[in-house]
Amino acid sequence: MIDTFRVVLPRPEPPHALPVDATRIRTDFPALDESRGGRALAYLDNASTTHKPRRVLDALVRHYEEDNANVRRAVHGLGARATAAYEGARGVVRRFLGAADDRDIVFTSGTTASINLVAGSWGRAQLRPGDEVLVSEMEHHANIVPWQLLCAEKGATLRVAPVDDRGELDLDAFTALLGPRTRLVGIVHVSNVLGTVNPVRTLARLAHRHGAVLLVDGAQAVAHLGVDVRELDCDFYAFSGHKLYGPTGIGVLYGRGTLLDAMPPWQGGGEMVRSVSWEGSTWDGPPHRFEAGTPPIAGAVGLAAAIEYLAGFDAEARRAHEADLMGRAEDGLRAIPGLRIVGTARDKVGGHSFVLDGIHAHDVAQILDQEGVAVRAGHHCAEPTMRRFSVPATTRASFAIYNTGDDVDRLLAAVRVACRTLR
Amino acid sequence: MTGGLYEDLVLEHAKRPRNRGRLPQATHGAAADNALCGDTIRVELEVGDAGIVAAGFEGHACAIATASASLLTEHVRGQTVGHARALVERMDALCAGAPDDAAAAGAALGELGVFAGVRRYPARVRCATLAWDALRRALAD
Repeated sequence: MIDTFRVVLPRPEPPHALPVDATRIRTDFPALDESRGGRALAYLDNASTTHKPRRVLDALVRHYEEDNANVRRAVHGLGARATAAYEGARGVVRRFLGAADDRDIVFTSGTTASINLVAGSWGRAQLRPGDEVLVSEMEHHANIVPWQLLCAEKGATLRVAPVDDRGELDLDAFTALLGPRTRLVGIVHVSNVLGTVNPVRTLARLAHRHGAVLLVDGAQAVAHLGVDVRELDCDFYAFSGHKLYGPTGIGVLYGRGTLLDAMPPWQGGGEMVRSVSWEGSTWDGPPHRFEAGTPPIAGAVGLAAAIEYLAGFDAEARRAHEADLMGRAEDGLRAIPGLRIVGTARDKVGGHSFVLDGIHAHDVAQILDQEGVAVRAGHHCAEPTMRRFSVPATTRASFAIYNTGDDVDRLLAAVRVACRTLR
Repeated sequence: MTGGLYEDLVLEHAKRPRNRGRLPQATHGAAADNALCGDTIRVELEVGDAGIVAAGFEGHACAIATASASLLTEHVRGQTVGHARALVERMDALCAGAPDDAAAAGAALGELGVFAGVRRYPARVRCATLAWDALRRALAD
């Protein structure tokens, strides 16, 4: 058993970060190649999942062709290379999140698994009857249901901080809901429906004042914001690779080292133990304690490639490009009669949700699809958010680095077609 | 024009649905919902000795489900309960059955065959059959 096998690969930043030329960037993404799909696709469903750049696809193929082996077991050369690649990817993620130590980075299958890990490990060990978990009214089901299950099991209470008409967290109400029984606060960094950016640093300060830990669902944030977990001062931060131009099946849980150290295993199996006997077993330290079984090795390699791909662009230019797309879409959508944007927070990224008077969101999305514009329609796995805004469903257009102003214009034209067809 | 989903007849019924509203003399009624989007359609019938005297529906749903409900009310009025049950089976076959069954159902359904295109949009099959599912439940009372 190799206890601490950690290889730090040199990952030099590119000497000159590239500006954002979305038309050229688009050509990095094979799925957006018009010669494959037969027609130009304005892909505006990036909050569901992003497409993957050639660099990520190449990294996956290269891993399977040249470095494929199980990690942290084999003494052969392939095993060493696979382990180096996997642990190297952990280092890339650690730097991406601004975390202090590779041991604070746990690979999971995605955001949902990361949150369930915290609920199943930290929550099961810590929660007592009468304790409280506080979430917001704009959470994805992935940051609601694990806490409902945990609270039901422990006799704890799930409390919900309200959201105002713009889609911003009601900070006064949030503060009032915190108390001595609050053990954990779960908050989405960026709402997948409203685009709202929550003030995580402020929420961390408030939560910590009451001795509660703060878990951040970063699924929609990492592709759009610079995230630094030490700057945010959060205790847990969860995200998925596939919304960040990486593969599906790989996710991350950042945990504060002192918390992870004290947490019991979540799932049991191989590679998370120190020793196993019939009398009992002892656990490996973090992060491997939380990575039972063969982990998503290629996924981690692909995620690292995605992070490095993004690091090749100037961060400010990326944000400015996406802000341009958001502004152009907002102006155009507001000019369409009978259209209401759901979510008008002052700090907003990622995309716009909207409803059209008298037209069902699924009909809008269907007509848009026929016009070559891919969007999401439905409740976006956020039914309580839908109820807060008294809508059954919304249509959501969400943006990525490869979207162009032309994509936005095609969205706007297609929405007008939907209005003409269905009204 | 729109790939066989938003045919003119469908759009016409979606924009001006017929027989929308509760039936004060309803003898049968049931609702069905679509878990994917939360849409619900309730179908009500007034059944007399000779068969279905009146049919109505209520609920807010997408264009496909609304048009399907509207056409349903027109097609079951004046029919026997047995005929209405047969229509439910044919609509199921048209929208989600094996290709041969769908073709046979389409030939027998007349203007209701306008929904033949939904089978190419699996996510929308339930929209077209929602009201018919409610009808099936209403008749199972």
